[in-house]
Amino acid sequence: MTTQYHPTPLKRVFAFLRNTWRGLTSMRTALVLLFLLALAAMPGALLPQRNLNVAKTDEYIAAHGWWGELLDRTQFFEVYGSVWFSAIYLLLMISLIGCLAPRSLEYAKAMRAKPVLTPRKLSRMPHHVSATIDRTPETVMEDTHALLKGWRRVEHEDADGTRSISAERGYLRETGNLVFHFGMLGLIIFFALGKLFGYEGQVIVQADNSQWCNSGILGYDTFNAGLRVDGTELNAFCIRLKDFEARYTESGQANYYHSNMEYQSGEDLKTGAWKPYGLEVNSPLRTAGDRVYLLNFGYSPKFTVTFPDGTVRTNITPWRPADEPTKLSEGATKIDQPGIADPIERRTRQLAITGLLAPTAFLHGNVLTSSRPEANKPAVAVDIYRGDLGLDAGRGQSIFQIDQSLVADGRLKKLTRQNLDLGQETVLDDGTKVRFDGVQEWVAIQVSHDPVQGWVLGCAVVMLLGLAGSLLVKRRRVWVRVSPAREDEAGTVIEVAGLARTDQAGYGEEFQRISAKLVQGQRGN
Amino acid sequence: MPINETLSQYSDYSYTTATAIYVIALMFALIEQGFGAKGRLAAERSIQRSRDLIGAGGPPSTPPAYGTPIEPSREIGRPERIGRMGAALLVLAALLHLAAIVLRGLAVHRAPWGNLYEYGMATTFVAVVTWLVIMRKFPVRHLTGFLLLPVVILMFVNGTMLYTTAAPVQPALQSYWVIIHVSAAIIGSGVFLVPGVASVLYLFRAAHDDDPAKFAKFGSKLPAADVLDRIAYRTTIFAFPVFTFGVLCGAVWAEAAWGRFWGWDPKETVAFVAWVVYAAYLHSRATAGWRGKRAAIINIVGFSATIFNMFFVNLVTSGLHSYAGG
Repeated sequence: MTTQYHPTPLKRVFAFLRNTWRGLTSMRTALVLLFLLALAAMPGALLPQRNLNVAKTDEYIAAHGWWGELLDRTQFFEVYGSVWFSAIYLLLMISLIGCLAPRSLEYAKAMRAKPVLTPRKLSRMPHHVSATIDRTPETVMEDTHALLKGWRRVEHEDADGTRSISAERGYLRETGNLVFHFGMLGLIIFFALGKLFGYEGQVIVQADNSQWCNSGILGYDTFNAGLRVDGTELNAFCIRLKDFEARYTESGQANYYHSNMEYQSGEDLKTGAWKPYGLEVNSPLRTAGDRVYLLNFGYSPKFTVTFPDGTVRTNITPWRPADEPTKLSEGATKIDQPGIADPIERRTRQLAITGLLAPTAFLHGNVLTSSRPEANKPAVAVDIYRGDLGLDAGRGQSIFQIDQSLVADGRLKKLTRQNLDLGQETVLDDGTKVRFDGVQEWVAIQVSHDPVQGWVLGCAVVMLLGLAGSLLVKRRRVWVRVSPAREDEAGTVIEVAGLARTDQAGYGEEFQRISAKLVQGQRGN
Repeated sequence: MPINETLSQYSDYSYTTATAIYVIALMFALIEQGFGAKGRLAAERSIQRSRDLIGAGGPPSTPPAYGTPIEPSREIGRPERIGRMGAALLVLAALLHLAAIVLRGLAVHRAPWGNLYEYGMATTFVAVVTWLVIMRKFPVRHLTGFLLLPVVILMFVNGTMLYTTAAPVQPALQSYWVIIHVSAAIIGSGVFLVPGVASVLYLFRAAHDDDPAKFAKFGSKLPAADVLDRIAYRTTIFAFPVFTFGVLCGAVWAEAAWGRFWGWDPKETVAFVAWVVYAAYLHSRATAGWRGKRAAIINIVGFSATIFNMFFVNLVTSGLHSYAGG
């Protein structure tokens, strides 16, 4: 007769949960998840990523049609924030916790436990030695205790008078293992916190003693904030860059960037005192809990415009490098004619100077190129436009370009195209003079804020130490059994057996050394 | 400081000569493996040795195995002698290889691993040194050819396609971290070559053990599967913490140079992938059903990721580590 087992729904749910939990926390699942994690991380190295390079990502999507669209919709261009990547590492974290919790309990128990009793058949152990010696069991036991100092030992006497010592060492292996995994858990948590509470922003600052303050998002050209950062209450500090110097090898390779700067933070903001700092690529300024990095540099052409009524305007606008090795730059300098009150009238008189800037000019026929990145012989090749720049339209526009749609519908008219060397000027149709007066360096800086990165580093160091312990320490056991020899023989029978509890190879050599000493009756190492 | 052209020239000569001698050592080792009795003897000996180490549980009266009595083969045949010459040549080539690295460093007055060419030069050197250490501990001299094959290919590709003239490095690389971070990466990647090769050989040997008809000639001349497994494991557990340390230092350096300690730059990503794969390897050895062949395959995947990181990421994708390609 069979009785059918009918579990209640509650029990069924419980069984399902329990089995899911067991499945999720098994080593096999952890392995599969590790593979999935490795696999899922790969597209991030192979495909352009939006957080690293927006332009390249858009280009890639445009070039690959529906395939690019599909990849975009399935979050392949922001892999590390994608649903599927997050799902894998969350599962892995749960699996990790599920594995660590029982292991920690077991570990706590094991730390108090005594080594297991000596097995009956020592000869079944992977390492085994036995010999008949002419020392008494007492001296052998004493020698064993002396030799196995530092091992956790327990002595036992059987009913038939045989005595044995069970010894174990290498508990640090499991300690290291747990420390490593807890360190990793901490690292992941702090990493996530850093993403929530951190921010980074980039801004171009002229290296002519201009002041820049970390006062809000609007001060930045680009700003990436964590979810918990709204852009107010940024850490207050101000900087000003006094100069910038770059040096190059003969082949044009950069080998030195340096900007003498000053900064103020904390008390200095009230007193107005400035502290000096030498900003370089590998040495960011660390102040007020933020870091200031030197990212890149470029040139701003200096144009002096003399309007027909005699007013003079000087403008220094950053142009961006179009070719990094030679710093051939492109950009647009936009100038409002002063002294015109009527906004409509003003919108017909705005000037734009746009084109190329070569720090060391070299003419291919009439085409301007740059032969070196230093500002040895600066020159510009520019188009000059007049009309409505669209600056009042309320629409954001690039500081490096003019709005081409305004040129297309005739609101912005090209007046002339000119190559200007240092100090040369061109006269426009209405008598306005535009003179090229040289270049000024600008520096692109990045401000980064991550309140918990020190904790991440701490966790990483803990992980590394744990890892070393868990891989280099061997968990191993030694048993020694001493019994009087059989009646027809003299002396004592000593049996030594050993077992490495992990798959750590190389215990054989240590065991041979220990057993040889025990058999020969040496103490100490 | 100016570049010392003469020393740089001598470094190049040393590199070329070392590569050539590696090729000769490779051929000598293949002769020993192919024709020598040593291969077979060594295989048997390593089985014997592994029994002694792992222990098959002999009767209690078995005398303790202090230093396994290895049957010294009195008759050393010609292939064995050639094998010995190959090992001597390997040492000579490694010395020249080291000279090439040192001369490069003296020529440019900085750590000689500032671009991909120099990185490849140092990594292959580490692989060879690791093998020399392994050869002292395990009877695997006759397998030298299988290690030298990837080494010679890497050195050839490195010396022809990736050659970079001696030059100073750009500001981003002017940091003491270049010494710590890059050397840890070099040691990690170089040592990882050895478990990669051992794991490939393991798969051949394991297939042969399952079915002796498979790789009948080749498989039988390989050391016992668990010797190969042990070589792979020991070298991996050495390289893995070093590699971890390298990634950690890279993160500390990135924090100072690029404004964040981790940003999923392609190099960082693939290093992460390789790290995860090697972590999986270590876990697989503690998981029932995943030891042996599967573990060996995972180790090979890990090594592939390392090589991929070295070449593909530097040469094809453009990331912050791209200067190393130049």
